[in-house]
Amino acid sequence: MVKKKKSVLTKGAISPEIIAQSIAHHSVGTDIGAHDIFLGQVRADTANDKTVTAIEYTAYEEMAEAKFSQIRESAFAKFDLICLHILHSLGKINAGEICLFVFTSSAHRTDAMAATRYIVEEIKADVPVFGKEIFDNKSHQWKVNK
Amino acid sequence: MKIKMKYFGMIAESLGKEEETLDLDIKMVSDLSDYFLSEFSRLEEMNFQISVNLNIVPAQFELSENDEVALLPAFAGG
Repeated sequence: MVKKKKSVLTKGAISPEIIAQSIAHHSVGTDIGAHDIFLGQVRADTANDKTVTAIEYTAYEEMAEAKFSQIRESAFAKFDLICLHILHSLGKINAGEICLFVFTSSAHRTDAMAATRYIVEEIKADVPVFGKEIFDNKSHQWKVNK
Repeated sequence: MKIKMKYFGMIAESLGKEEETLDLDIKMVSDLSDYFLSEFSRLEEMNFQISVNLNIVPAQFELSENDEVALLPAFAGG
């Protein structure tokens, strides 16, 4: 079982190249029969004639990494996963860019798919990450997860 | 007792600082939240949780000297 500990929080947007490389790295894992991927993308929400152009993410980094680590341990305990990777952006991420990457791998599809859903919901509820939505007129408001 | 405070997101913005050390005559987390709500009434409009040494704690949690305490506004990850 692959259970590497490394930081989840990463500066800037998550590029399609990073995602592609991550998929490519798994071709050696021939016990894997299913991958599931969730990508969170910054949405250009509109409110009162203003449009979100970016979200600036900050975090209580030490606590966030500890929470990611707990979520990771708990996902391995609940689901029959072979591999799990999570990246979350910090800093200013423009609308249309990727800010969350959750990549699960298992022998069969049900574990990978259920684990991805579980991990994303846990991240939204429990990880101290904060988002400032920046509008096209330079004003801002603080995002709250629903 | 001395407490290392950390502020995040809209709370850091509203208080105009991200961290400081406070020396307060308090015991419980509820005393700390009463202190903040009386000193900074604008915090009443913000829902926040309190963490002590990286764990979210209830109001009845007892504080210790040099605890790292954070005021955490709504989470927005993902």
